[in-house]
Amino acid sequence: MTGEVVIATVKTLVAVSTLMTLAALLTWAERKQSAVMQDRIGANRAAILGFRAIGLFHIIADAIKMMTKEDYVPPFANRFIHSLAPFLAIFPAIVAFAAIPMGDTVVIAGHQVEMRLATMNIGFLFIFAMASVTVYSVVLGGWSSNNRFAMLGAMRAAGQMISYELALGLAVVGAVMAYGTLDLMEMARAQTGMLGGFLPRWGIFYQPLGFLLLITASIAETKRAPFDIPEAESEIIGCFLEYSGMKFGMFFMAEFVTTVVVAGLLSTLYFGGYQVPYLLADGFHLPFGLFLAVPAGLVPWMQFGSFWVKVVFFCWLLLTIRWTLPRFRYDQLMNLGWKILLPLALFNVAATGAWILARA
Amino acid sequence: MLTHHQPTWLERIYIPEVLRGLSVTVRHFTRNLSLHIAHTVGLKKDVAAAVTIPYPDVPADLMPRFRGMHRLTRKADDSIACTACLCCETACPCHAIDIVPEAVDDSAIEKRPRSFEINLAKCSFCGFCVEACPVDAIRMDTGIYDLTVDAPRELVWGKEALLANPKGAGMEVYPPIDRADLAPRACSNPA
Repeated sequence: MTGEVVIATVKTLVAVSTLMTLAALLTWAERKQSAVMQDRIGANRAAILGFRAIGLFHIIADAIKMMTKEDYVPPFANRFIHSLAPFLAIFPAIVAFAAIPMGDTVVIAGHQVEMRLATMNIGFLFIFAMASVTVYSVVLGGWSSNNRFAMLGAMRAAGQMISYELALGLAVVGAVMAYGTLDLMEMARAQTGMLGGFLPRWGIFYQPLGFLLLITASIAETKRAPFDIPEAESEIIGCFLEYSGMKFGMFFMAEFVTTVVVAGLLSTLYFGGYQVPYLLADGFHLPFGLFLAVPAGLVPWMQFGSFWVKVVFFCWLLLTIRWTLPRFRYDQLMNLGWKILLPLALFNVAATGAWILARA
Repeated sequence: MLTHHQPTWLERIYIPEVLRGLSVTVRHFTRNLSLHIAHTVGLKKDVAAAVTIPYPDVPADLMPRFRGMHRLTRKADDSIACTACLCCETACPCHAIDIVPEAVDDSAIEKRPRSFEINLAKCSFCGFCVEACPVDAIRMDTGIYDLTVDAPRELVWGKEALLANPKGAGMEVYPPIDRADLAPRACSNPA
């Protein structure tokens, strides 16, 4: 019993600290990557004893700035709800990560340790339930500020998020049908082995359309460009208008944490999750009958590393998309959500059903 | 008639256009990132990875006619060239120049400035004062542009400070002036 508690605590600490570190690093990566993409240098002035560490100290500088800034609640705002909204933004984003498997089951000191925080067979439903809660943070943040621009931004944000959650859910239904389970761990296990002798058996080869739909809808879910209408910093600033200091910082962190969670979800559903291509329990089974043995104790840790490598890659891809595409206009956003993504998602569900019937 | 570009079918499904945009940004990203990495290990130093001028570390490369901070010139006998005619003060669109003239016992020039102040907080660096000056007493060829101060009053520069400003390296005078034309002439109607 004590052992289980210790294992759960250590697991949570490791996962949450990795998640938050990655999210903090993304604030640095966002600036540096956009700078490199645009032939600039990017944030590099924060220095400790003249040592600049390619701008990494800006993370610390930002944190100190956010924490020490005045936490101003406007006198016309609803104090309780105004303070509650940022927590509603960041809490579901962090909790959603609990359902994502970071690796296969490992045996540590005689205990079976599952490499995810919450053992649940409804993993993907849990993530979407949590994603739906973040809509409340936006709406409550905008409404409680008692500012018409914040309210307008919140309504636009709510419109976007509700429209895209539909496509988000339906996009994954195809994957759920193909794997026959809602459990993300089972989905990752189902992607073991090879397809046609040379390709890894990854979901992308079964559900290419589903992947495209999910990545589009999940960018809308992270509220970042080209779907950053909730923020829209160039016109109405949206629901964050009356926020300052660490409360704004929490909304901001929530975006980055959601980016990491979405990257984890994309790699779990469509890119084999923690699976290393061609790696089975005893070693690499390469195409053309080649075999490379790997010590059994090493395999789970390679899988753990593989998961985070995939997450970092998808974070990079999401940042690249964010710095490539301009924002959609509101009518374009609604057209894309309701007239393109939703019918395509329904088509994907029907096509997957037909494929399953044809195979049976 | 203004006709708007009607997107073709391929453009309307976004994905090819998104991929085209991504190919541009990813190309820049990989090129610049590999150059940054090459620079840190000491390779390819001659190819720039960014267009940024790291300004306080590297001084800006000024054009020869760059209009920087003003300076007052001296005549051959080392006295101030300004004759306090107030042309520059009149020409200044920002009312940044304030001259207090005083009489001198010299029929060629009659006046000289007792005080000559330029408020650089008001100055728009248009160069009208330089063009208005009939005796080439004021120039903007110092190449000084870093005017960061703690208080606005520190931006008011007086006569002695402006006289002490040196000519900037590589700067050229504009508009070009033939100094022989500027030799003070004796008054045709001496008192």
